[in-house]
This record gives sequence, structure tokens and C-alpha cells, in this order.
Amino acid sequence: MLENAIAAMDAQLRTLGNPSSLHTQGRHTRKDVEDAREILAKELDCLASEIIFTASGTEANNTAIKGIYWQQKALGKNVIVISAIEHHATLDPAAWLAEHEGAEVIYAPVTKDGVIDLDFLRTLIAKRGSEIALISVMHANNETGAIQPIAEIVKIAGDIAVHTDAAQSFKKIQLSFKSLGVMALSISAHKIGGPLGIGVLVLRRGVEIPALLHGGGQEREIRSGTLNAPAIVALATAAQDKSYDAAAIAKIRDDFAARVTQVVPGSFVNAINVERLPGIVNVTFPGTQSDTLLLLMDGEKVSCSTGSACSAGVHRPSHVLMAMGHDEISAMSSLRFSFGRTSTQADCDGALAVLPSVITRGRAASGV
Amino acid sequence: MKLIAAMSGGVDSAVAAARAVEAGHDVIGVHLALSSNPQKYRSGARGCCTIEDSHDARRAADVIGIPFYIWDMAEEFHDGVVEDFLSEYAAGRTPNPCLRCNEKIKFAAVLDRARAMGFDGVVTGHYARTEIGPDGKTLHRAVDHSKDQSYVLSVLTIEQINGAIFPLGDTTKVDIRKEAEERGLAVAQKPDSHDICFVPSGDNAGWLRDRLGSEVGPIVDQDGTKIGEHKGAYTYTIGQRKGLGLTVPTADGSPRFVLKIEPVTNTVVVGSREELAISTMKGERPVWCGPAVDSEHTRGFVQVRAHGAALPCTYYFDGTLLVAELDEPLLGLATGQAMVIYDGDRVVGSATICETA
Repeated sequence: MLENAIAAMDAQLRTLGNPSSLHTQGRHTRKDVEDAREILAKELDCLASEIIFTASGTEANNTAIKGIYWQQKALGKNVIVISAIEHHATLDPAAWLAEHEGAEVIYAPVTKDGVIDLDFLRTLIAKRGSEIALISVMHANNETGAIQPIAEIVKIAGDIAVHTDAAQSFKKIQLSFKSLGVMALSISAHKIGGPLGIGVLVLRRGVEIPALLHGGGQEREIRSGTLNAPAIVALATAAQDKSYDAAAIAKIRDDFAARVTQVVPGSFVNAINVERLPGIVNVTFPGTQSDTLLLLMDGEKVSCSTGSACSAGVHRPSHVLMAMGHDEISAMSSLRFSFGRTSTQADCDGALAVLPSVITRGRAASGV
Repeated sequence: MKLIAAMSGGVDSAVAAARAVEAGHDVIGVHLALSSNPQKYRSGARGCCTIEDSHDARRAADVIGIPFYIWDMAEEFHDGVVEDFLSEYAAGRTPNPCLRCNEKIKFAAVLDRARAMGFDGVVTGHYARTEIGPDGKTLHRAVDHSKDQSYVLSVLTIEQINGAIFPLGDTTKVDIRKEAEERGLAVAQKPDSHDICFVPSGDNAGWLRDRLGSEVGPIVDQDGTKIGEHKGAYTYTIGQRKGLGLTVPTADGSPRFVLKIEPVTNTVVVGSREELAISTMKGERPVWCGPAVDSEHTRGFVQVRAHGAALPCTYYFDGTLLVAELDEPLLGLATGQAMVIYDGDRVVGSATICETA
């Protein structure tokens, strides 16, 4: 978490009132929350009134996807289109709607570089556009970093509602709610150095959707619950931070991507041919199992991550890599390396230095 | 040493990992996911490998302060343990799946992977001891005989014993629970797992019937005369007396016992108590946990059940089979079980019982 965000949160905790209270202390907190809302509106290029605070990015996605679906279902539309590479915070609410609310979910395929297939989308909309309740495609993929053409999707979609999960891209690359033209957009504070447990749903002004959480009606009657003022203020502070040097991080990323295939012959970088987030490199190391590599890298003090795990923590092949054409074995031999604000060239060099020995041990372990 | 601690989520493996750390080893906790569909096998205190168990294991690792990972061994477990269990029953034998799990998973798949990754061995919460003697490392009973698990470890080769660390062998279960409490481990009072972990209902016969069918077949006496019917021969156990549903009484009114299960003809053979008695057993696929047994007749003990008695015997290896001649006859012994030879508290070796007389 960013130091200035911690300080903002700490200060807010010390003067805390309920922003919905009408007394002086409540009004003070309300002012801080509304200041934060305006700051975020500026950073997201949307109206302050379009910001709905939630308790997580997952909640923002659920609110948008379920709410828009229910609103559109009342108009006779029941098809949800999402990309095959969405985060579980999108995949699972869509699947839940299919199971419980009569939705038909269509998974738009991606290219081998992990970008949504726009021709598929065009054909689908030409054929079944009148049945589509919403389209939800992430702004950038969390596993490969591949940036998705949201503005073009919006153009192709015409009148169809488009939601984008921008949790990965906010503050990493240019993000404008207005320019993208989507109806709804989700972000999460902890992805930008803000606190855990706070997210934002940006929902176009005038759009009314059924709520998930009912109660005091705090956020446009779409989201009830006492506003988490300290976290909101800290989120706004983090959103104004300028210390994320995208160009410098992208340079480290590119250096890593170029050298990793040299130090580990046979390895390859996924989504290498497309525009990606500055800090993500996803590498496949054939002949290994990535959970073994993660353990060994961890032992070398290098943190990286595997695609996904089930609820019991068992390593599973990444659905993102599978959608890009990997088979299970190849998908399960891939690792994601992330570089952030505090990453240095020395970190990159250090990871590359330990990789050959880790891969050798990893290959031996997967051969037994 | 660099060690992998196999952590089931229970109290024993948690304390074992903590003790290994305290002994100065570099320890990493690993929970083995043995079911490809963990929820399927979830049922209260029974069994293991549920999502809850994996959380308990992670929590224990966090409290101890060691890294924690989950290894997916579901396929190996299914092929090596569950399938073996089914095919053994289908062949009319009575297998011990815990023994297979130690042989094929914990001290084979896990130990091999650990060694390939640069670790020196595997720590488990088994109640057993090892000693370093003139002939190398040997396997021994735990001091807490009521919890002793050396029987199910008797399938380990010397090579595997060399890579195994059992930190709990010198302590009673009661004291392990106390120690877990003192260490702040929430699993201190977690109930022991019983029965077979992949049969969460505890109803082995029902579980087997679901998978092997329940074809009706004859119950015959020693002369081959049909005296009743059964629903699936493999749900019977050698020595079983109750639940046979026989209405034809014996001439002298004495009870009948299951003597033999013949899977090919789907026949259950019953007879008198005397006919159950055996005094010699022979076992195939022997494993020596120390110096190999030879043809010399040696005095020792044989144990045929996980928590059974150690029976005084003379044992030898005839070149193919491990033979134990009992001092006193034993009633009801199923083939497929392990016969484990002890020299005092030391595990000499084991074999799978294939013949009794």
C-alpha cells in the first residue's frame, strides 16, 4: 500500500463519522467521501455521480453483470457475452446467472495472443444482437497482460450494454470511462496501492439497475451499506499517486521477456505480439509444472504466480492459456512474473539468475 | 536438512512439522490433495483431504511459520490406492489402503518429487521411530504402542526409510495433543481420522457394492453344498460370523464362519470355527526394512492387522515367499493383508499374504 494512502486512511480513521449521519461529524466524513468521489471521477474520466463504491472489484462486477442482466431480461434479452479469458469475478457471476436465472452465456474466443476475436463478436451481434443483454470484456488480462480493444467492442456492440473489468489496467495504462464508451466499469483499490476491501463500479448516469445489496440505499439505491470512508479516502489518494512509472516498468518487463528465453532454452513468452500491461510477463517452461516452479522460486525469494487454483488450492490449468490454444500440460507449465512500482532492474536480473537452476530441478521433479 | 512436511490438516502432521522446524531443519509444508473432487469425499470428522483439511493444514503451517503449498496427487492416489483397493476386493482379497498410500504416494511419489527438487526427505506425523544402527537406518515401533503405525509403514524400502523423518515416535498421542495446544495449533483437539479416507460414509460394503455390483451368489459349506445366498462375495470378511443369513443349521448347532471367498465363482465358503484356524502364512512381494531375511529359520513376531497383536512365530524366506509359522494357531486370516515381521520393536519386513494353512 502506498505511504500517502496509508496516511490518508490513518487520518480518516481518527476523525471517523458515519457519512450518512446528519450531525457535524457525519457531515465532515461525508465531505471527505465526496471529495474522494470527485478525485476518482477525474482519474477515471467520468462523472462523480457515476461512481458507486463497493467492497471489492468482485462486488462491482457482480453488481454490474447481474444488475444489467436483470434489467435487460425484463426486456426479453437473456444472452450474456463474455470473453473466454475473463477473471473469475466475471466468469462466475455469468455462470451463476446461467444456472439460476435463465441466462445463456456465450464465451467469445481469443486469438493465440490472447486478444478477443472481434470478427466472432461482429458475426454474433449480426445474428443474435437483439437477444444480447450485455457484453463484458476485461480491459486487460490479469495473466498475460494482453490489452483488449474495448472501444472497438463498444462500437461493434451498438446499443448493447458493455461492461469492462478494469481492475488490472487502472493507473497502469490510459483509462477513460468516457472514451471507452462502456456502460459500466469496475476497479479495485488494492491493485493501485490502495487498501483491501474497496472497489468502484462506474455506472453510466441515468442507468438504473436492480440492486444486489438492499438496505440504506447509500449508493444510488444500487448499493446499500455504510460507506467505508477511510478506505474510500485512501483509494482516492492512491489514484492520484504518480509514482507508477509505466515506461520504466515496461523496460524491465521487455528486458526480462527478451532474456528469459535465452537463459531457459525452449521457453516462450505468451501474448508477446500484442500490446500488454507494463508489468506482466507470462512464460511457458515446457517440461515443468508451474506449482513446483513457484515453490522453488519462492525458496529463491522470487515471488511469481501460477494461473489458478481450485477452492482446495489445487493447481489447475489456466483457462486463459487454454483459450489461447495451450493444451493442459502446456498451460500447467506457465508462470506469471509481475513487475510493479518498486521493481528494479536488479530484481529482474536476480530472477533470471536463479531461473536456470529452478527449471532444471522443476523438470527433474515433473519427470518422476 | 531441507525437508518436505506432509501436512494432512490433522494434529499429528502439524506437530511433526513444528518439531522438524525446531530441530533446525529447513521445512516446507505440503498438503496432498488426494481427491480430484474434494467435496465429494467430505464428511465431518471422517476421512481427510477435504477443503476444510487443506485450510487446517495451511493454518498450521502459518502458525508454525513455514511456507505452505498444495500438491495435487489425486491421479496417483486414484490409480495406486483406490483402484488397487477395488481390484483386490474384486479378487477376493482384503487390502490395506493406508499401507498402499504410504508405499505409492507419501514415500514414493512425494519423496521422489521432493528429492528431485533438491529436498533431503519427507516428514510425516506417523507414530513410528527410526534408529541408526550398525546396518544403517532401521524402522521401529512407536513408544505409544496403542498408536503405533509401523505396520502401515512396513512397505518402505531402506531407501525410502532413509528419506523419512518421523518426529512423533517417542511421544504418546495424549502428549502430542497437549503439545499442539501449547504451540497454539487450532487442530489440537481435532478428532482422529478413522476408517478409509476415500469411503467417507464408513460403509465399506456399500461403497464396494456401488462399484463392483452386487451379484447374488451361493454360500456353500466345506463339502460344496449350497446352504444360502449372498449379495456380492467381496463384502464378506474371512472369519465373519454375523450377517450371513443362513437358515440351515449345522449338525451340532455350532456357528458358521466365512472361511474363503472365491471371486471367480462368486462363492462364499463357510465352516466351523476350527476350520478357520491357521498356523502358517506365506506372503508374496516381500519388502525388507533392513537386512534381507534369508532361509534361516528365525524367531520373531508377525502382525497381520494394523493394530493387531504381535504373534510369536518362526519366519524365513524360501526364495520366493516370506513364511511365518505361528506358535499358536490364529483364527481367520484374509489373504491380501500384510504380514509384518518384527524383531522385538524393529520392523524386519513385510509381504502380502497369499497363502494360509
